[in-house]
Amino acid sequence: MAQFRSWGRYPRSEAVLYPLHWQEDPLPPTGEPMLAVGMGRSYGDVCLNHGGTLLLTRPLNRFIAFDPVAGCMTCEAGVTLGEVLDVIVPHGWFLPVTPGTQHVTVGGAIANDVHGKNHHRAGSFGAHLQRLALRRSDGLTYHCTATTHGDLFRATVGGLGLTGLILSAEFTLLPITSPMIAMESIRFDTLAEYFTLTRESDAGHEYTVAWIDAASCGSKTGRGLFLRGNHAIASGGNTRPAPAARPWQIPCTMPRGLINRTTMRCFNHLYWHRQRARRHHCEVHYRHFFYPLDGLAAWNRLYGPRGFFQYQCVVTQPAVVEEILRWVVRSGGSSLAVLKVFGNHPAPGLLSFARPGITLALDFPNRGHRLFSLLQTLDELVLADNGALYPAKDARMPPRLFTASFPHWPQFVPFIDPAFSSEFWQRVTATDKGAVS
Amino acid sequence: MNIVIIGATSAIAQAVAQRLAPQAQFFLVARSEKRLQAVATDLSVRGARAVTTHVVDLLDFAQHDATLDRAFQTLGKVDLILLSHGTLGDQQACEMSFAETERELRTNFLSVVSLLTTLANRLITQRHGTIAVVGSVAGDRGRTAYVYCAAKGATAIFCQGLRRRLFRHGVHLLTIKPGFVRTPMTAHFSQGRLFVSPQRVARDIVCAIHRKKNLLYTPWYWRWIMLAVKSLPEGLFKRMTF
Repeated sequence: MAQFRSWGRYPRSEAVLYPLHWQEDPLPPTGEPMLAVGMGRSYGDVCLNHGGTLLLTRPLNRFIAFDPVAGCMTCEAGVTLGEVLDVIVPHGWFLPVTPGTQHVTVGGAIANDVHGKNHHRAGSFGAHLQRLALRRSDGLTYHCTATTHGDLFRATVGGLGLTGLILSAEFTLLPITSPMIAMESIRFDTLAEYFTLTRESDAGHEYTVAWIDAASCGSKTGRGLFLRGNHAIASGGNTRPAPAARPWQIPCTMPRGLINRTTMRCFNHLYWHRQRARRHHCEVHYRHFFYPLDGLAAWNRLYGPRGFFQYQCVVTQPAVVEEILRWVVRSGGSSLAVLKVFGNHPAPGLLSFARPGITLALDFPNRGHRLFSLLQTLDELVLADNGALYPAKDARMPPRLFTASFPHWPQFVPFIDPAFSSEFWQRVTATDKGAVS
Repeated sequence: MNIVIIGATSAIAQAVAQRLAPQAQFFLVARSEKRLQAVATDLSVRGARAVTTHVVDLLDFAQHDATLDRAFQTLGKVDLILLSHGTLGDQQACEMSFAETERELRTNFLSVVSLLTTLANRLITQRHGTIAVVGSVAGDRGRTAYVYCAAKGATAIFCQGLRRRLFRHGVHLLTIKPGFVRTPMTAHFSQGRLFVSPQRVARDIVCAIHRKKNLLYTPWYWRWIMLAVKSLPEGLFKRMTF
């Protein structure tokens, strides 16, 4: 047994770590439940399996085929999106969808059906997946596409790793002409302004997202920076260098309480004042645009030994977002808040999170009981709006919020591999205590 | 860069090859054809100009010369040779049988000697090139798995001497001493904090190759851990159980 931590460093969990080095490696003969884990970048417990076996897929990091003409990539599940980009960008291709970090594996991107700043255009990662190979505990490998084993395919996309071990995947790519992004950053003072901006921008821009100040009180709440961008057209010779390959790293776990009400306010205040002009145009390397947090390795250590939470929900009404922000600010604020309006794409997976609505992601240092009661209040707001919480970010949602968020979960259950489970799944399907609380 | 990798399906060799892949030409040697093919395809996608594979069991020493002949024929000039084959045998079986011990020493020491003897002469003729040999921190002092330690220790000393000979001819030899790395070889260990990924080790190895270092402990702290281990008095060391 060894300790394994997810990105939020909460909860603490121990499991037998079982690395898989080759696709033909057998699954371990164990009576305990198994779960595949890649980079461990999901925040909560979808990648944890206390007392069971964690199948480490990172050594399965070989490319299988890349068609630079058609823009199609096939690789093993442990390849990271960053590795994919290193190969495809020089050939004029980009990921069809990318989350806020490049340090996730392809397998993890499928299992959580991740979304990105272009959801309004492209949908989630699963929408671009052509096929996947899935090893199940019956010893068979299933080659699934939307038509062959279509049900298993839809269960595995966003299936939180519960349908078996994803061995490899094939997905289509997005053509680009330069590694740069032509971006614009616009200051807004109120959420209403944000919604106008995003409505105007979504048609003309591939990528839109907003940072909002969820730590300052009064009229400052809800101010923020709206980012929109498109892949730059190659202008010839204008290739600015990529960011350093080895970023700064937080060397060790910081002392408890480093991120508190005061430092959160300071950070959000400075971030807001970083930009003087109302509008700011520039061309930046794609890594600066998509992965600003990857510039500081192991940034989760800033939150100290107790870890942190990210509360990412999707709701339908702008008023609910305002209500959530009011509660958050009243109880001390959030260190980092991000807002995005999703598009109207059909979900590729039975348990896909991204759906039409507004998604808000809020980071909080783990302050124990006080934070839990705030998040419970937010749960009620999300429930009342028929919203949902994102499992990849969650370590605490009650079962009834899960079942309300994912109405297709009864159809999903038959596809779960009997030898697989996760702490998340056990928590949200626990029947007694959680259902009433 | 023209690169020969012996033991190309080992986790460390794969990670090093992946880092060096863009524009490189590879000649990969390993036992399992299927795995070798998977590695070769991966390197091609990562930008290698050409990848040739060669399946051979390195315990068959008679094949060594032919294997290296093919490598030099295929690549012409060779810039880098990485020797990364090896096994972590069953120490208890070795204690019970010399045949088992001999097999371990043949795999982890004598096969390296056999390859290096031919290689050294070829590179001296070429007057150019780098040899990188994957040893182990285990070779610094005889511990519980002393057969493995002996093989790796002997390899390190052999390399030390050979480095002096090669130096006069413009050929470089790097001895690599990795600590605990998450590879199939160590899969059955309970993996603690000191374990690092093959990618982490590969980063150091590639850097050491470019800087023409002689001896590399990777990650860096193993130099100091092994210094401490080597300084323990024998009377105390023999009583310890690690």
